Amino acid sequence: MQVEVTYYAMLRERRGLSVETIQTEAAGLGALYDDLAGKYGLPTERHHLKVAVNDQFASWENSFASGDRIAFIPPVSGG
Amino acid sequence: MFALSDLPLLEHSLVQSLNDPAAGALVTFEGRVRQQNQGRAVTRLEYEGAELLAANEFQSIEAEACQRFDITQLHCVHRTGMLEIGEIAVWIGVLAPHRGPAFDACRYLIDELKKRLPIWKKEYYADGDSGWINAP
Repeated sequence: MQVEVTYYAMLRERRGLSVETIQTEAAGLGALYDDLAGKYGLPTERHHLKVAVNDQFASWENSFASGDRIAFIPPVSGG
Repeated sequence: MFALSDLPLLEHSLVQSLNDPAAGALVTFEGRVRQQNQGRAVTRLEYEGAELLAANEFQSIEAEACQRFDITQLHCVHRTGMLEIGEIAVWIGVLAPHRGPAFDACRYLIDELKKRLPIWKKEYYADGDSGWINAP
């Protein structure tokens, strides 16, 4: 299926872009991240990171649907 | 109400956005860019935010604050983009009938915001180095 993936901050710099549309057969959000991390040299330790689907925080165990907007969230440092 | 802004925050107009005749207390918090962090000289900061996700998460924080504290209105704005030393990075204002809940809610909002909102800070140092804070 096709999804839109957004990377922020340190992940954006590491990936070299902010947003991409990708084709994936990954079974869940965690598996999708692991695929991309392996492919693009992103941090492999997922427990530092969070994930959001369609602008709501989600769990790594969640599945996703075609057309979803998925964002990978590095540790936050606002304020 | 929450917003990200790529323009400098003007304290005067932010304060004016809060107005409630039932409120006897206004508490504001202003987070500013400081010139050092953990012993390193900082020359400027860059903030990046996930706007819609941040707005959604702030709604949850706001709902929690309104449930815990007797407050009537609040407003929060966080900067994005490049900031110089001394600039306002985040501004929070809380109106309440009485000062106690206004102080408590303001403290709650800034503490939860720092832990939960998808906003990232990159520091630029005097030695030419730079880095995202908390990056793994």
